[in-house]
Amino acid sequence: MNPDELNRIAQAEQAALSRHEHAINVCVGIACHSGGSEQIRKALEAEVKSAGLQGKCLVRGVGCPGLCAEGPLVSVEPLHRSPPQELLYRKVTPADAPALVRSVVREEPLEQLRIDANQPFFTRQLKIVLENCGHMDPERIEDYIARGGYQALIKVLTEMTPQEVIDALSRSGLRGRGGAGFPTGLKWATVAKATPGRYPTYVPPDIQSQKFVICNGDEGDPGAFMDRSVMEGDPHRVLEGMAIAGYAVGARQGFIYVRAEYALAVKRLRTAIRQAQRIGLLGKNIAGTSFTFDVDIRLGAGAFVCGEETALIASIEGGRGLPRPRPPYPAESGLWGCPTLINNVETLANVPPIITKGADWFASIGTEKSKGTKVFALTGQVKRSGLIEVPMGITLREIVFEIGGGVPEGRQFKAVQTGGPSGGCIPADYLDMPVDYESLAKVGSIMGSGGLIVMDDTTDMVEVARFFMDFCMEESCGKCIPCRAGTAQMHHILTKIQQGKATARDLRLLEELSNVVKHTSLCGLGQSAPNPVISTLRYFRHEYERKLVPELERV
Amino acid sequence: MARTLTINGQMVSARDEDTILRAAQDAGIHIPVLCHLDGLSDVGACRFCLVEVAGSNRLLPACTTRIQEGMVVQTDTEQLRNYRRHLIELLFAERNHVCAVCVANGNCEMQSLAIQLGMTHSRYDYMFPSLGVDLSHERFGLDHNRCIMCTRCVRACDEIEGAHTLDVFGRGAKARIVTDLGMPWGESPTCTSCGKCVMACPTGALFKQGSTVAEMTRDRSKLNFLKTAREERKWIV
Repeated sequence: MNPDELNRIAQAEQAALSRHEHAINVCVGIACHSGGSEQIRKALEAEVKSAGLQGKCLVRGVGCPGLCAEGPLVSVEPLHRSPPQELLYRKVTPADAPALVRSVVREEPLEQLRIDANQPFFTRQLKIVLENCGHMDPERIEDYIARGGYQALIKVLTEMTPQEVIDALSRSGLRGRGGAGFPTGLKWATVAKATPGRYPTYVPPDIQSQKFVICNGDEGDPGAFMDRSVMEGDPHRVLEGMAIAGYAVGARQGFIYVRAEYALAVKRLRTAIRQAQRIGLLGKNIAGTSFTFDVDIRLGAGAFVCGEETALIASIEGGRGLPRPRPPYPAESGLWGCPTLINNVETLANVPPIITKGADWFASIGTEKSKGTKVFALTGQVKRSGLIEVPMGITLREIVFEIGGGVPEGRQFKAVQTGGPSGGCIPADYLDMPVDYESLAKVGSIMGSGGLIVMDDTTDMVEVARFFMDFCMEESCGKCIPCRAGTAQMHHILTKIQQGKATARDLRLLEELSNVVKHTSLCGLGQSAPNPVISTLRYFRHEYERKLVPELERV
Repeated sequence: MARTLTINGQMVSARDEDTILRAAQDAGIHIPVLCHLDGLSDVGACRFCLVEVAGSNRLLPACTTRIQEGMVVQTDTEQLRNYRRHLIELLFAERNHVCAVCVANGNCEMQSLAIQLGMTHSRYDYMFPSLGVDLSHERFGLDHNRCIMCTRCVRACDEIEGAHTLDVFGRGAKARIVTDLGMPWGESPTCTSCGKCVMACPTGALFKQGSTVAEMTRDRSKLNFLKTAREERKWIV
């Protein structure tokens, strides 16, 4: 595979596409998939065939366009009109196929199913990571190449030195999208500088000095599905990001760690790896250079803690998914003791556009310290839930009320929870705060991996804290005392408050314990587990106090 | 190579590869530990040895943190004492620790630590989980009620005896020490009955059968002796 061959594939694919007049895109993300989108796709294909329109209408499966609340979604994309006027249809069933195909032929929208593609849910978004989701078939590498895919990989291999790649990443200001927001360029530079580790002696000597790239796809926050959508809707982009990372840090092997529950994502990634290997975009001597890089998939067995990098490494090594103290950081000593780069799915998916469009373009989006966009899974008591990608610095109000359409009629907005079980609840007073790493931390929450749960006035905040504490208690690995015994005690006290058995003394103890667990736990799970309690106590203390009972008088 | 660091205001000299714990111990500075045992690898799990290091925004476990030139360490501040008190109280409330009827009463590291940290009672409600006792082994017993999941037995079995009979099953508060794949200890085909796990246990969770209240004493120096002998070919008693 060289640049010319890549261009030839892209041109052939674009030519094949332009012979059609319309593309009928059926969402095959897991939400629409379970709503029967595969049957819809078959019905549409049969309908197109029986109408004799095979050459004119292309029916294809595409990644998630985002508005999962209205799924299964089908969009009709005219291929020869500019600007392209896309028509979007909601809650489509196989029975709608004849009417839908007729409407395409007549070029009249099918009003009863149509949703406004110009509503704020779509227009207020800015898609970088998700730009291909909803517009290409995730199971065809040609589709990805036709949309400019793998150009970034070819560019770094043929035109850039590893140091230039790292410099570009640093200049772009990209920060880790897994939650903590560590500068990606700095992490890459650290791994690039580290001396390759010694691999166990049972492998051939030529691969004994190694570095590794790991893609963390163990998305475990309840209600979060950003990484899943990227892996399902645009798997090649993740592979391309990993290969660029491998080139930059000097690794020749990558692992994607995906939770086994994401069966569809795993299937699409496997297909993507096979396709990329077949045309020489993964494997030996990529693009005729000396660069060799391959990717394997490792499945997580459903433990939340395995999203923590050291636990994830232990899991790939075949051990129990237990975290270990850092330092040493994986960048120095990670998988099998070798320097290891671990990045989140979304972080890696940001890499190819940074290379092709330039670091300065990326740095122009967002706020001073948080660049680019962030994908959020907007859920909870909000009218339009789904997957959104917004520029950093957008306010919470815009996300909740403009994109999400606000809380359902007759209710009042109360709080928004970000960062899942590691994050906090942000009350209405801070709705006009910009969404970036620092601002969220200032109000006691975190960016997290991107879960955004909207709560209305019927929500019991103590119950919210208890729900997340229940989750953390169940998911604690049990290695360190504060997380194992501390989360269980916090859950116990919160249950007592809910049962009307707690006194002011219990509440004081809960606060003290939150502080202990936060500061003494071994890994990020325990250190952030008290956040939901701390933040609800900070903003909704009266709800706790209302449930307390007076202390028994001493006899 | 020798390095110099400051622990509790005292200048301390230590070797390059030393941990903070080792450097402190060599200088006669006491840091409380529970999951650490000389001769075994360190896991940093019990969090009692957490120390404050200048320039680090989080507390670091002394047992796994390597020293650095010019490091400034505090091991006994008000904050650390407070955290340690909470930790030991959490441990006592977690399972069923009743010193008065325990084989290890008087010889228990957890009990000594509680006394040393000035614990008089636990502020937390006792969880009283329903846990079993495995007495299927002919010489030893495993009482889950007294286990604190320090995994010293697991490491002794794996690293020193090389049998890896013991390991951890389950997660969170439901984690337990298991023999092989959860079979009764007495039926384990891999257990060599060497008793190193019993030597390593800090509480009364692992004990010699037949010992009654306060009778369970241990000789832990054997583990370190074996390890030094094996790795450095030095037979230091």
